[in-house]
Amino acid sequence: MKFMVFVKANKESEAGVMPDEHILSEMSKYNEELVKAGVLLDGGGLQPTARAARVRFQGRQRTVIEGPFMEAKDLVAGYWLLECKSLAECVEWVKRCPNPSGGESEVEIRPLFGTEDFSAANAETIERNERILAQARAQS
Amino acid sequence: MTPSETHRAIEAVFRIESARLIAGLARMVRDVGVAEELAQDAMVVALEKWPQTGVPDNPGAWLMTHAKHRAIDRLRHGKRAERKHEQLGRAVDLDTPSAVETIEAAADDDIGDDLLRLVFTCCHPVLSTEARVALTLRMLGGLTTEEIARAFLQPAPTVAQRIVRAKKTLAAEQIPFEVPRATDLPERLGSVLEVIYLIFNEGYSATSGDDWMRPALCDDALRLGRILVGLMPREPEVLGLVALMEIQGSRSRARVTADGTPILLLEQNRALWDHGMIRRGLGALARAEALAPDRGPYTLQAAIAACHARASTPDATDWPQIAALYTALAERVPSPVIELNRAVAMGMAFGPAAALELVDALADEPALANYHPLPAVRGDLLEKLGRHAEARAEFTRAASLTQNARERELLLKKATG
Repeated sequence: MKFMVFVKANKESEAGVMPDEHILSEMSKYNEELVKAGVLLDGGGLQPTARAARVRFQGRQRTVIEGPFMEAKDLVAGYWLLECKSLAECVEWVKRCPNPSGGESEVEIRPLFGTEDFSAANAETIERNERILAQARAQS
Repeated sequence: MTPSETHRAIEAVFRIESARLIAGLARMVRDVGVAEELAQDAMVVALEKWPQTGVPDNPGAWLMTHAKHRAIDRLRHGKRAERKHEQLGRAVDLDTPSAVETIEAAADDDIGDDLLRLVFTCCHPVLSTEARVALTLRMLGGLTTEEIARAFLQPAPTVAQRIVRAKKTLAAEQIPFEVPRATDLPERLGSVLEVIYLIFNEGYSATSGDDWMRPALCDDALRLGRILVGLMPREPEVLGLVALMEIQGSRSRARVTADGTPILLLEQNRALWDHGMIRRGLGALARAEALAPDRGPYTLQAAIAACHARASTPDATDWPQIAALYTALAERVPSPVIELNRAVAMGMAFGPAAALELVDALADEPALANYHPLPAVRGDLLEKLGRHAEARAEFTRAASLTQNARERELLLKKATG
């Protein structure tokens, strides 16, 4: 099963402050552990929302909103894509992650839908959505 | 945490830690079977204690400490059965302070080397292929006997027996817990890669049962492959195998319909391919090719898979390149199955008539006597040449040979035109 693991933003990450040397080196050790265990598929850090944009949908109307956005704890600062046997295993890996901020921070774990989640009832709709998403990925 | 949550957390810890635990212990006691028992014992203690105390901050170290104590207890008190006593005695002098010191000192050396030793021991050629597969999934994949049994659609006691026998064989044959010497390495590594690819293929094209795929086994194989890349980053064929599995695995979603009917490669919706897997696969392939321009069999197969992955439509497939890669592969590992695949590629590149000649040359090949892809391919070529009646006969024959229910349906459909 694949899991998207989100590191939530905080004041520092939103201000574009890089984590200090110690956290960076701990983090790279941790990433190495994930690689050695064969669970790390992808990962990356996100730039502060000051360099971000949102598109708001209201009926047929689209409004572009420039960053920065408020509520740092609801924003994402980085992610890992992990391959684990179960949510419990993913939780166990995330617990081993060095504290990303040193202070208070939150990491969110979200399982992805997989082949096994295809059910005959909604398969067609899912497949159509997947196809469109996959095309976007193919072009990126 | 509720008791069931704690239980799940403990299981997760075991899955993460068990390979390293067994590997570290095996170095100390020089016996993989005994090491696994010690690891199991430590886990039983954890199952008793952790629900009360909570999972410790460093569960791996906790388990290792307890397992080591247990190993020392066993040495001191000679609680072990006589036969196993003797096995342990071969490696470390029993009941002496030095034996205890050996275990206490052998603590936190480089665990990577131990894992690699464990990989080579589980995949030792002295074991049957089935035993190697079961032992590898158990010891390195952290799967329970029940999980392995379910994955291979076999009764759990059968798998348990197989694992017990494999451990006995390793002890009886006095297989050393070590990474093979350079001269033996290519052959021994071949055995390891074979086991991993076998696990992948069991998941990817289930050889029996009603399912066309068992994706969890593919994930297990890929994880084992990635672990091996971490342990042997400069072995091109390890990277080649990972590349092959990533690129083949990328098609999982596109190769069956919602009701489980298989869709063949050229008819798949390529937008459904997992492009993350393709990207990782192509990356691993590039690293393998950079390490060894003279490509090994797994790297060549990955290169073939990559030709498909790079083509955005079936028409864009570089068939002459694929045919050339099959020719190179056939030179490295002569096999009628590869010849058959080469024929398919030649057919796509240069037309069905040329391919049919190659396929007909394989007709008397004893290894392909009951190999359903042979009549299936021949049927396709005859169909393209307009020889429909002959084609149908070949599809019927192919359908009678396959063990997979879904594939049989597909072939029978072709046979009835």
